[in-house]
Amino acid sequence: MGLAKRIIPCLDVTDGRVVKGVNFVELRDAGDPVEISRRYDEQGADELTFLDITASSDNRDLILHIIEDVASQVFIPLTVGGGVRQVSDVRRLLNAGADKVSINTSAVLNPQLVAEAADHYGSQCIVVAIDAKQVDSSTDTPRWEVFTHGGRKATGLDAIEWAKKMQVLGAGEILLTSMNRDGTRNGFDLGLTRAVSDAIDIPVIASGGVGNLDHLVDGIVKGHADAVLAASIFHYGEYTVQQAKRYMAQHGIEVRL
Amino acid sequence: MTDIAIVDYGMGNLRSVYKALEHVAPKSSVTVTSDCHVVRQAKRIVVPGQGAMPNCMQELDSHGLREAVVEAATNKPFLGICLGLQMLFEDSEEGHVKGLGIMPGKVVHFPAAAMKTADGQKLKVPHMGWNQVHQAIGHPLWQGIADNARFYFVHSYYVETTHTDAIAAQSDYPFPFTCAVAQDNIFAVQFHPEKSQLAGLTLLSNFAQWTPRL
Repeated sequence: MGLAKRIIPCLDVTDGRVVKGVNFVELRDAGDPVEISRRYDEQGADELTFLDITASSDNRDLILHIIEDVASQVFIPLTVGGGVRQVSDVRRLLNAGADKVSINTSAVLNPQLVAEAADHYGSQCIVVAIDAKQVDSSTDTPRWEVFTHGGRKATGLDAIEWAKKMQVLGAGEILLTSMNRDGTRNGFDLGLTRAVSDAIDIPVIASGGVGNLDHLVDGIVKGHADAVLAASIFHYGEYTVQQAKRYMAQHGIEVRL
Repeated sequence: MTDIAIVDYGMGNLRSVYKALEHVAPKSSVTVTSDCHVVRQAKRIVVPGQGAMPNCMQELDSHGLREAVVEAATNKPFLGICLGLQMLFEDSEEGHVKGLGIMPGKVVHFPAAAMKTADGQKLKVPHMGWNQVHQAIGHPLWQGIADNARFYFVHSYYVETTHTDAIAAQSDYPFPFTCAVAQDNIFAVQFHPEKSQLAGLTLLSNFAQWTPRL
């Protein structure tokens, strides 16, 4: 027995509430972040990830209060992302109680931010989030491109090469979301997950598309992910984290029960 | 007087350690401090730390805390977490810096060539997530914690000690490495008890009550 594969419920937060988007557009309200965090902790979640999708910068600080509240009640690692533009944003989130900060669009606009943040606070707390979409390829080999701004802007960057570059700059982990699958409940993009995970030495969290427990198993076994992230299957009470873990254990995956 | 001083030498976020200690020891006064007098006067000290060893040793010196930490390691309950474990040893491969030399041994990187499972799957570095902790000795800090309980780790370096009697626990990744040491009034761990849910809170609670023989 050794290191367990992690299950990470993800909470999309806007204006202080948890929501879950379908294809990043339509939002549904799913509840109070502190209450949800406590429930997931009791169910055995290995970590929690909060993505701040608040559109207006006026309400950005609401996430800090949420993190402060959660961090004084829940003693598992907390990752926070969304709207991180400079090293001072990383510091504010860590001071509020985040253990890791996830950087997405700003890593593309300014890759040095990843290097600076990792130098300052250590790679262990810097997660680079990559939103990738499969694009037409001139060869038989599939190609995935990095998108930013919540999936609206193409960057021209190859997702695998980008992940390698982020590792070199000091990222401690990659949160990899398939834009084709996010919100579809059709399962992870296993080709993407495996290609990225096999190409780098740092852990990869698979995200985007989980609709049932087999998808979680596939993400680990076929996608070679080190952790799996899901939102809606947990938020709406279809499965508890504990049920997900037991199912994975039955399929030969080492988990923390 | 401070019951538990958490030593702040500028390496990483100490809020989680503070919150967790406050949670398990509500009657104790817990302080985060970079004042060597507070460290000297506190009944117990916790030395956490995340990031890189060279910065860690440099920051410890620039905050004027080295002597107070070395002194505390000889005379009061001392809990080292992550870098707070690694700094106890003689030297580190990370940046080739000297540690405090309180315990014999060195800090080394997970060797790239060994990072595979038995069936050939790649193991990632940092070693990040929940791993089993195999207790090697009985100790008051293990009280109420099942052998092989899982704790949260995040690190790329680990300690190799020649003083095998001091090994309090090991984990496998994929080979056994030392993840906890105990010597007199010192207990130090590679994992993060403040992020390890019930098992971690139990360890911190044990520490808050521990009276080692001095």
